[in-house]
Amino acid sequence: MTLGEMKDILGAEVLVGSDSMDVEVRDAFAADLLSDVLAFAKEGTLLITGITNPQVIRTAEMLELIGIVFVRGKKPDEDAIKLAQIKKVPLLSTRYIMFETCGRLFRNGLVGCIERVEDDRAEE
Amino acid sequence: MIEQRNEEPLLEQEFTVEGGDFIHAGEVSSKIKKILKEIGTSQEVVRRAAIATYEAEMNVVCYAKRGDFHLAITPERLEIVVQDEGQGIEDIALAMKEGFSTASEEIREMGFGAGMGLPNIKKNVDDLLITSVVGEGTKVEMVILTKAVKVKDE
Repeated sequence: MTLGEMKDILGAEVLVGSDSMDVEVRDAFAADLLSDVLAFAKEGTLLITGITNPQVIRTAEMLELIGIVFVRGKKPDEDAIKLAQIKKVPLLSTRYIMFETCGRLFRNGLVGCIERVEDDRAEE
Repeated sequence: MIEQRNEEPLLEQEFTVEGGDFIHAGEVSSKIKKILKEIGTSQEVVRRAAIATYEAEMNVVCYAKRGDFHLAITPERLEIVVQDEGQGIEDIALAMKEGFSTASEEIREMGFGAGMGLPNIKKNVDDLLITSVVGEGTKVEMVILTKAVKVKDE
């Protein structure tokens, strides 16, 4: 699906990147823990999160994520929005809770960037 | 133990990160990522370096007074050495364990401090050495081989 289709599915508001709505979204990762995002999200993945500080934009920049959807009606502050504009990271905000956001996107064909963690992680 | 490089670096640069500066946290990683992209480093190496550097930068911002980042690039490898002035790490083996953290509530609220940073650095580099003096600071030496495929250590 494209970012634009995702926007419609989620009834989302586009905060940054209204010119990127035709960008294709391949897969997604959802977390409120940026440490987990840094450990598991892949390049080009969509991030679904409730974290709205500038670090979430930095994390997206480092991983070259395709965009961020903020859930529960959250919106980042001005600093984070400015940073996203500079780094060209599309930002959307939806009023759906994280579970609903993930469910609606999954139902429409979006999958996780990984299905589950490897077994050997438990032993490390 | 870090294997020493046998070539002179093509490029060396120094950066400073201020502890507690959450507004600018990530800027040094962003600069280093930009340099690596400009010199044509492979996408996979750029990505691993960006993640490891950003985790190290957040560690300085969260736990230290300041940190000096030294980037050195040779045709074979890139080295990022971070020397911070700070509290140091008492038990490095424990700090390397996933889930172990001494983070404050403030750090956790920002989405960090889950005890994943050092393990994630280890996952993304080919060679890692952490040395620390409690009450003085910590040195994190990271090496990524730019030509070889990443081999899982140990």
